[in-house]
Amino acid sequence: MPAGDLPQVVPSHLDALWFQVTGLRCNLACHHCFVSCHPKNNTFAFLSLADVESRLEEAAALGVKEFYFTGGEPFLHPQIVPILIAALAYGPVTVLTNGTVLKADWLRQLRDAEEQGIYSLEFRVSIDGFSPESNDPIRGEGTFVRAMSGVKLLVEHNFLPIITAVRTWSDAAESHIVAEFVHALKEIGYARPRIKLLPTLQIGAEESRSCGYADHDRITAEMWAGFDSTQLVCENSRVVSDRGVHVCPILIESPDSLLGKTLAQSLRPFEVSHGACFTCYQFGSICANPSSAPATGKDR
Amino acid sequence: MTTRIACFGGIYNNYLALEAAIADAQRRGVDQMFCLGDLGAFGPHPDRVFPLLHQHEIQVVRGNYDDSIGRGLNDCQCGYTDPRDNHFAQISYDYTLQNTSSENRAYLCTLPAEIRLEIEGRQLLLCHGSPRRTNEFLWESTTSTSFLNWLADQQQADLILATHTGIHWGRELSNRRAFVNVGVLGRPANDGRTEVWYAIISVDPHSGISWQFVPLEYDFRRLSSEMTAQRLPPEFIETIQTGWWTTCLEILPAKERRWGLY
Ligand code: SF4
Ligand code: SF4
Repeated sequence: MPAGDLPQVVPSHLDALWFQVTGLRCNLACHHCFVSCHPKNNTFAFLSLADVESRLEEAAALGVKEFYFTGGEPFLHPQIVPILIAALAYGPVTVLTNGTVLKADWLRQLRDAEEQGIYSLEFRVSIDGFSPESNDPIRGEGTFVRAMSGVKLLVEHNFLPIITAVRTWSDAAESHIVAEFVHALKEIGYARPRIKLLPTLQIGAEESRSCGYADHDRITAEMWAGFDSTQLVCENSRVVSDRGVHVCPILIESPDSLLGKTLAQSLRPFEVSHGACFTCYQFGSICANPSSAPATGKDR
Repeated sequence: MTTRIACFGGIYNNYLALEAAIADAQRRGVDQMFCLGDLGAFGPHPDRVFPLLHQHEIQVVRGNYDDSIGRGLNDCQCGYTDPRDNHFAQISYDYTLQNTSSENRAYLCTLPAEIRLEIEGRQLLLCHGSPRRTNEFLWESTTSTSFLNWLADQQQADLILATHTGIHWGRELSNRRAFVNVGVLGRPANDGRTEVWYAIISVDPHSGISWQFVPLEYDFRRLSSEMTAQRLPPEFIETIQTGWWTTCLEILPAKERRWGLY
C-alpha cells in the first residue's frame, strides 16, 4: 500500500489533555502494563508543577474539556496534590492510580478542592481481579490487599473511584467476575461500586506476557472506510511528557508519537499504523471515562 | 422588550409532565416554547406526547432517541457499556419503538438536528446533546468553561441550549454569552424530589441573557400507575416516585453521582 493510503486520524479538537506526570515511574511492574513502567524506569522525567501549569494555560486557550493524569503512578510525584488542585481550577480531572500509595492527608486536601470547585475529580483505580489469587499474579504479590485499602481510603473520603480492570478472562466468565468484583468492593464498604473493563493492549510489558501484535494486526484502508474516527483517543486528545506532546498515552514509548513542542503544533494528523491502534479500532475510546466517552457510531 | 422562551428537555414519554409544563409556561406568559428532543424512553404511551407538541406548535430538535426510533434502529445510541444500564435502556427502547405509530416515527425523521434563533439581537442555538454531537453528554462537573467558550466561538452563538444528560445546569461564558442544559421533563433530576424541571430563558436587549430553572409538579402517581399497567420495570417507577435514579448511573460523573442515592 503506498504511504499516502495509510489511515490517518485528523484531530478535530483537543477534548482531553493527558499528563504523563511521573513519566513511566511506577512502584509496581505489572505484567500487562501497556507501557513498560517500573520503579526504575527513567525514560521520561517527572513534570514539574510549573510545567503542568503552563500546559493548563495553553490547553485552556484551545478550549480543552478535561484532564487526565497518568504515569507510572501519579502519586509517586511529590507535588501531585498541588498539581491536581491546580488542574481542578481549569476543568474536570481524572487520575489513574494503582491505589497502593494513597495517603489520607492528600485525599482530604483533594476532597476539599473538589468540593469548593465546579469540577469532578475522578479516581480510576486499577485492580485486575476480585481476589489476591486473580489479581496478584498480574500486578504483583500483595497488591490486591494494598489496592483495596486504597479504594477503602477513597471511599472514606467520599470519593467514588472507578475500578478499572483489564480483561484477562473469557467472555463467558465475565458476568461472574463482575459480580465477584462488586461483592468484594461492597465488603470493604464501597456501596455503589463503579467498574470499567479495558481490553489488553499487546505492547509494553504485556507484549512479553502474551504476545505482541502480528504484522497483520493493523488498521487497513478498507477497515478505515466509513469508520467513525471520533472513537479514537488520538482524534480528540494529546498527552504531555517532559519531551513534548505525544499523540496518545498508549504510544508514549514509540518515537513517532512525539508530535511537537506545543499543543497547537501537535494537533496534526497521525498515521494509525501501530498494533495498538488495531485494538483501539476494535474497542473504541478505551481511555475515556464513561461520562465523556463518545458513543459508537453516534456522530451526526 | 424582554423575550422569554420555555425550553423542555427530554420528554421520555412523560406526556403528563409535558401537559403540565405547557400549562405552566403559558401561565407564566412565555413567548414561545421549544423541545430539545428525546420524546421517547422510560415512560408509558409514547404516542400521547405528539399531539401535545403539534397542538401547541412546539418546535422540536431531534434527539438521539428520536433518531433511533424514527429510523427503527436497534438501540437508543446512549452508548452504555454497563450491562445493567444496557438491560434497562433496551427495555425502555423496545417498548417505545413498539408503541410509537408509523406516523409519529415519520415525524421524528423530519426533526432538525439544531434550531437557530435570533432574539433581541442575540444568537441562540438549540441542540440535543451538544452542537457538535447529538449524543454528547455535557455535565456540569465534567464540562470546562474553556470548552464551552470554544463551542460558542465555533458556533457563533451567544447562548447554547442543550439537554441529554437529564440534570439541569447553566454557566455564564465570556462576552456575556451562556450555556444552559435545560434539564428533562421525563424523569426527576436525581435529587430526591418528584418534580421535573424545565428552563425559561429571558433575553433582554439591555440586561442580556438570563435563565431560570422551573421545578414542575405533575401527576406522578398517575404516571406510576400507568407505567405499572404497561409492565414497565419497577426500577423506573421507583425513580418517578422517589426522585432518585436507579438506572443509567454509569454515565454520571463523580459529583453528580454523589448527589444521588445510588
Ligand atoms: S499497569 Fe499501572 S500500576 Fe502496573 S506497572 Fe503499569 S503503570 Fe504501574
Ligand atoms: S494507539 Fe489508539 S489512540 Fe493511540 S494513535 Fe493508535 S489509534 Fe490513536
